[in-house]
Amino acid sequence: MSLDNETVKNIANLARIKVGDDKLYHLAGELSAILSWVEQLNAVDTEGVEPLASVVDVTLPLRTDVVSDGDCRDKVLANAPEVEDGFYAVPKVVE
Amino acid sequence: MTKLTDLTISAARDGLNGGDFTAVELTEAHIVAMEDARGLNAFITETPDIALERAGESDGRRKAGAAVGAMDGIPVAIKDLFCTEGVLTTAGSHILDGFTPPYESTVSGNLRAAGSVMLGKTNMDEFAMGSANITSYYGNVINPWKGKDGKDLVPGGSSGGSAAAVAGRLALAATGTDTGGSIRQPASFSGIVGLKPTYGRCSRWGIVAFASSLDQAGPMTRSVRDAAIMLGAMAGHDPKDSTSAPVEVPDFEAALNGDIKGLRVGIPKEYRMDGMDPEIDKLWSEGIDMMKDGGAEIIDVSLPNTEHALPTYYIIAPAEASANLARYDGVRYGLRVDGDSLDEMYANTRAEGFGDEVQRRVLIGAYVLSAGFYDAYYRKAQRVRRLISNDFKKAYESVDVLLTPTAPSAAFAIAEKMDDPVAMYLNDVFTVPASLAGMPGISVPTGLSHQGLPLGLQLIGKPFDEETLLKAADVLEAAAGFDGRPA
Repeated sequence: MSLDNETVKNIANLARIKVGDDKLYHLAGELSAILSWVEQLNAVDTEGVEPLASVVDVTLPLRTDVVSDGDCRDKVLANAPEVEDGFYAVPKVVE
Repeated sequence: MTKLTDLTISAARDGLNGGDFTAVELTEAHIVAMEDARGLNAFITETPDIALERAGESDGRRKAGAAVGAMDGIPVAIKDLFCTEGVLTTAGSHILDGFTPPYESTVSGNLRAAGSVMLGKTNMDEFAMGSANITSYYGNVINPWKGKDGKDLVPGGSSGGSAAAVAGRLALAATGTDTGGSIRQPASFSGIVGLKPTYGRCSRWGIVAFASSLDQAGPMTRSVRDAAIMLGAMAGHDPKDSTSAPVEVPDFEAALNGDIKGLRVGIPKEYRMDGMDPEIDKLWSEGIDMMKDGGAEIIDVSLPNTEHALPTYYIIAPAEASANLARYDGVRYGLRVDGDSLDEMYANTRAEGFGDEVQRRVLIGAYVLSAGFYDAYYRKAQRVRRLISNDFKKAYESVDVLLTPTAPSAAFAIAEKMDDPVAMYLNDVFTVPASLAGMPGISVPTGLSHQGLPLGLQLIGKPFDEETLLKAADVLEAAAGFDGRPA
C-alpha cells in the first residue's frame, strides 16, 4: 500500500498528531515502506484460523463489587499541567 | 577481594550474610561507579539518597537479626518504564516531562519488598520502541563494550540503559521489559544475561504500557543464577493485572542443579536464515555441542511460520501502542503544548511530545486499526499470530527447550542502520516469535565476535517452565565459560 499525503494527513488527525505539510511527503514514504513490508502476510493462508488476541487462556476474573480505590483526588491531580478547583483544566470546548 | 562492583547477586548476598561488607558499602561503591560512568548515559535519574536510605534499612534488618528478603541490600537499577513512587518516570519520552507517579509498580514494589536498593532509573528507547537505544528523549546510551576500532556502539534496546548499567558494573542487576526482544537483544549486545519470563509471570501493573498483549518485565543480570534469584523476587500473581497468572512462584534458584541429561533441546531449522552471519552460525553450532556434551538430546524441529513473525509483530505492536498511547493528551500528566482548541492542544502536545519512531508506530497503528483496514491488517496479523503460537505448541510436543541465536549481529556503531526503520526491525528476528507466542526466553553470553564483542544465544522454554529454561541456561553458561567484560 502506498499512502498519499492526504491519507497520512487523515491518519495523523485520527491519531491527534500534528504533522506539518513539509513533513507529509517524507512520512508518507516511510509509512508506505513499512506497510508494503508487512503486506507479505497476505501470502499466508489463514483460512479458518481464529485470531489470537491474547496468549493468556484464563477467563477474566471477577472481584467483589466494592470500592477498592479512590479518595486520592489531589494525588491524581498533582501531575496535571493545569488544574482548577480540583478539576483538570483544558481549553474551552463550548462556545 | 573481588571489587564490590564486580560481584554477582549471589556472591553479594553471601558477603552481606557473612558480614564481609555492609549494604551501605556495597551501595556506595555502586553510586561512585554510576557517577564515574555518566558518559554512558545509562541513567535518566540517579537516586543515591533513596539507595543509601534503603541500604541503611537493610543493614539494620541484618544487624537486628530480622528476616531478610531474597535481594536484601542488593543495589539494582530500574528501567524508566516502571512507575516509582515519588521518583520521576519518563519512559524515555518528552511527553512524560515531570511525571512523578504517586504509586509504585508491582514489580519494582516486589523488588523493594525483597530488600533490594534502587540506584536509579535507566535510560531506554522512547516508550520501549527501538532496538538500539537511540530514540530516547534523554539521548543515546553508549555500550560499555568497544570494538577494535574504538567506535561508540549501541547497547541494544529498548532496555539499553539497564544493559549498559549491568555490563558496565554500575548496578549488580537491573529490570528490563521485553515486548519483542527488548531484554534479550540488549543482553546479547552487552554480554549479560537477560530473561523474558512467560507472559503473565510478572505483573504489568504500573509499567508504562507499550503493547499490552506482549509486554513483560524481567531481570538483566551477570549470571543465570542471578536471573533466577531476581525473577523470584519480581514475579507473582497480582490482582491489579488481570493477565498476571494466578500460579505459584517456584524457587527458581533451586532448579539450577546442572543436570540436563536427557533434556530435549530443539533446533528450529527456520532460524538458520539466508545470509546469516557465519559468526552467529558458528556460535549457534558451538552452543548445540555444549548442550550435547551436557547430556542433552538434540532434536531438529520446524517452526514453519517463523518468517511471518516480524511483520505480524509490526502490525500488532503498533496497533496496541496507538491505543495505549492515546492517554498522552496533555491533560492529566506530562507535557502540554497549548493550542486554540482542545483538539489542537492534543495534536500540538503529541507532535512535540512524541519522537519520530513513536509517531511512526502510532500512525501505523492508527492506520491498521482504522475502518476499512482493520480486517486486512490487524485481524490478519492476529490470525498469523495463532499460527506462530501453534508452531511452538507443536514443537513442545517433542522438545523441552529451543536453542537459537539471540540477535543477528553483535552491537553496531551508532551511525549504522539509523534511517531505515525496517532494517532496524530485523534486529528482533530471533526474539519476536517467542514474544508473540508468550513463551519465556533467555539470552546467555557464550562468545565473542571477531571484533571482540559479546554474542548471546537464546533458549526458549515452555510457558511457566522457567525452571527448566534456567537449568538449561545455567549449563550453557557454565560450558561457555564466558568471562569477557568491557575494557
